[in-house]
Amino acid sequence: MRTHSRNVGIVIVSHSPDVAKGAADMVRQMVGNDVPLAWCGGNADGGLGTNVEAIVKALESAWSDRGVVVMVDMGGAETNSEMAIELLPEKKRPKVVVCNAPVVEGSVMAATESSGGSAIEKVRQAAEELYSR
Amino acid sequence: MSECESLAMRDEPRAAASAMLAHEGGLHARPAIKVVQLAKRYAAHVWIGTAANGPWIDAKSIARVMAMKTPNHTMLYFTATGGDADAAVKALAQLVSDEFRISPNDAG
Repeated sequence: MRTHSRNVGIVIVSHSPDVAKGAADMVRQMVGNDVPLAWCGGNADGGLGTNVEAIVKALESAWSDRGVVVMVDMGGAETNSEMAIELLPEKKRPKVVVCNAPVVEGSVMAATESSGGSAIEKVRQAAEELYSR
Repeated sequence: MSECESLAMRDEPRAAASAMLAHEGGLHARPAIKVVQLAKRYAAHVWIGTAANGPWIDAKSIARVMAMKTPNHTMLYFTATGGDADAAVKALAQLVSDEFRISPNDAG
């Protein structure tokens, strides 16, 4: 697999692995392969939920030195993502932000912005613009 | 400040190009993403509109370009300012003419 560390990474976290994977498929097919991307969803028992360890793995997998934005669906996806960020090495933590955006549309918007080489704050704004309009 | 005003306030020379949108579904998600990705390859400020005199939308904003919901068979206008403005508007008009077949990785 190519490394794309010049662009901001995207991590998609949903209670449903199907939703997370589907959103990631949309990013890959609509935006392309120039953005580091990982997804996770579901609890350890295979049910709906989110899992801190899986989110940590996703963060490492989509890591970029320019930062990673986390797209979450609701509730525990957000709180578990924040816990996952706390488990990262200290110097990585400030480079991760959780976006306040719809998970599917926000992922596509963020990835489009990232694919153009934008910095993490612009990537976050592109995702969150949907809610602020 | 609206984007129209910000554009009108610029005294720099403007490049312009246009192309007819002939793509099933109009400027829907995927074509909009391709427009934005291509626009972002240029340093120029680039705007898109559906009339020759605006109003103008920032062609590098995915949320705004998608929100145009431009239907098929609409003439798309591009205008740009900056060093590579000519190349930017030509490439964008060509992308539309080619019905977005150009991969963003091949363009620019």
